[in-house]
Amino acid sequence: MTVDQAPNRPLQLTADGQLRHFLTLDGLDRAMLTDILDTADSFIEVGERSIKKVPLLRGRTVVNLFFESSTRTRSTFELAAKRLSADVLNLDIRTSATSKGESLSDTLLNLEAMASDMFVVRHAQSGAPHFIAESVTPGVAIINAGDGRHAHPTQAMLDMLTIRQHKGGFEGLKVAIVGDVLHSRVARSQIRALNELGAAEVRVIAPDTLLPRDVESLGCTVEYDMQKGMKDLDVVIMLRLQKERMEGALLPSEREFYRLYGLDQAKLALAHPECIVMHPGPINRGVEIESAVADGPQSVILDQVTNGIAIRMAVMSMAMGGQMSERNQNLAGGEQA
Amino acid sequence: MTNSSNTPGESLKIINGRLVLPGSDELIEASVVIADGVITAVGKAAESARADDVFDAAGSIVAPGLVDLCCNLREPGNGQKGNIASETRAAARGGFTTVCASPETSPVNDSGAVTHMIRDVAQARSPIRVLPVGAVTRGLEGELLSDMAGLSSAGCVAFGNAGRGVRNARVLRRCMAYAKTFGLTLMFSPENQALAADGYAHDGLVTSRLGLLGIPEVAETTSVMEMLLLAEETGVRLHLSQLSSARSVEMVADARQRGIAVTADVAMHQLLFTEEALAGFDSRFHVRPPLRAESDRRALLAGVRDGVIDAIVSQHQPHDSAAKQAPLGATEPGLSTIESTLSMGLLLVNRGELTLPRLLSALTRGPAAILGETADVSEGAAANLCVFDPDASWTPDHHSLISAGRHGPLMGSPLPGVVRMTLCSGTVAWQVASR
Repeated sequence: MTVDQAPNRPLQLTADGQLRHFLTLDGLDRAMLTDILDTADSFIEVGERSIKKVPLLRGRTVVNLFFESSTRTRSTFELAAKRLSADVLNLDIRTSATSKGESLSDTLLNLEAMASDMFVVRHAQSGAPHFIAESVTPGVAIINAGDGRHAHPTQAMLDMLTIRQHKGGFEGLKVAIVGDVLHSRVARSQIRALNELGAAEVRVIAPDTLLPRDVESLGCTVEYDMQKGMKDLDVVIMLRLQKERMEGALLPSEREFYRLYGLDQAKLALAHPECIVMHPGPINRGVEIESAVADGPQSVILDQVTNGIAIRMAVMSMAMGGQMSERNQNLAGGEQA
Repeated sequence: MTNSSNTPGESLKIINGRLVLPGSDELIEASVVIADGVITAVGKAAESARADDVFDAAGSIVAPGLVDLCCNLREPGNGQKGNIASETRAAARGGFTTVCASPETSPVNDSGAVTHMIRDVAQARSPIRVLPVGAVTRGLEGELLSDMAGLSSAGCVAFGNAGRGVRNARVLRRCMAYAKTFGLTLMFSPENQALAADGYAHDGLVTSRLGLLGIPEVAETTSVMEMLLLAEETGVRLHLSQLSSARSVEMVADARQRGIAVTADVAMHQLLFTEEALAGFDSRFHVRPPLRAESDRRALLAGVRDGVIDAIVSQHQPHDSAAKQAPLGATEPGLSTIESTLSMGLLLVNRGELTLPRLLSALTRGPAAILGETADVSEGAAANLCVFDPDASWTPDHHSLISAGRHGPLMGSPLPGVVRMTLCSGTVAWQVASR
């Protein structure tokens, strides 16, 4: 027994269980995840209109704070915020305040003082969005756009939306995640989401150097041999392999990795014939995936991108709703006091 | 509370307290008489003795003053994190009468000038004894030997690496052989830097779940094994500081059985907390070595109970708030513990995980012996005493802590054990107004 360890309070939920930040999928139940997917479904229709806007975030200011570079994720967040009618400010922090020696806390407090309502945060440190939500600007809704190796919850949810569109649901599904799980925030969030939504099996396929310690504890099985691991799969998710992994003595060469763990047509043929192929992007053709597979009939990689906007609209509108209802309650409470 | 001192020559009698007699594990009610900074009578001899002042210690335990082998006072050089005056006063409040000052200051304590400076400031501003620990290598850089013999003459009681690496086994072996030449004690925190790499948390379940950068258990155990083998060969007096894993405790026990002169300590927080403390990214619990698994915590406790681990240390590391106000991996390691070390130990006693006599011995006699000293409440001993009420409680919070570091492990909740009086060589180092 240990004493008084970090209380597991739901930092990202209001007292009545609504989202007020979106930091991680940990602690969100199946009903909440399904609610996010359903809300995103309703926004997909918005993207098909000639005027692609709804007024849910009108008058609100959303700041994209990317401490790590990203083109796709930042663009989809920006589009999502604009379709919700928010005012959007994009800050590339690496080239601004922090390079002049300003601390993260000071940068954020300054932005908060500009009456920001929501920060979309990407950061190289695991837990950075938690830190901001808990200690720096608790009155601003924080959306995690990827933190270190910890979580990338909007990516995982857009992947879930894509799977649901193609498979109808999650019951009975066998899903594999292939490649660099160790360094992947995407994989951690996907494993969590697939478990909560009721997938039958989540397999990770990788050499031991690319797996976190005791990875099974996350809710998955381990397969070192991709030929065996492809059997009966309904969904195969490929992860991006960073070039630096070769330098860190985690892998001998790209060529050997591709031979053993790259998804080519021969390996894909071992899976269920209707197995879909996913990748969070950007893809390295010929490193983790063959072009013929990435562009082939089983690939749903571009659907993932389209769904990214809808999921981000869903999460932003839900978190802003929770944040506003909490602000109103605080105001009401303040008047009573 | 006061910081006043008894006039030298004045005598004091502490009555109605309970104490542990040397060589005994039982608490008995007995009086203690002090004069001229020395314990002049204990027990029966004390009952009839007269004294100028009487302190009623009813309900309290009269223990030897606590001894800390690992404390960061942050002076010279890190005034924003604390200084000798602030941190020794905090230590006196925690019941300590002796603290070993870590060499990790700025500049590092690798020269006689720094050692003298620490001693001079302590002489002027500290209510308790401050024993400097010298850097084993110059600048703690792990490459060149420091002037250990000279530093020893200047007042360093042992030599350590302050958790930093030594370049390779060859340098380590030479550090040991040189220290052995002069009969010096080495206090080493074992960590294989290549295996620890950029990690900041135990490589285990929580790290895997949260995507933290892990320090594997083998970063410690391979280093412990290397140090034990080199200590065996060189014959140096080796003290392993702040063990964190079950396997390390096993290896130390085995080495002792083979007759190697090795002792060990553990930080109090390692006995209370595990990797789970980081589950909410709480940067206070970013400590080095990291908090490991529950099985490690239990083995460390067993090590303290069996005596394989000789001492419990505070590993007090005060910081300014900015050092902890950042995403977990960007924060500085360390907890502010010196005021709550005894209370944390009493939590373990209240939970039945440690006996009170064993706790006290690991905070007094055990560490004192490593310094070649004794710590007993006995006639003729220096009057270094800690009088504490184990049943009273206090609540550490931002306002109540004396240390400049406000990142205590158990803030805002009542803790058992209030130190009513700390006496250092018969002088009052800390006292709270009687109830």
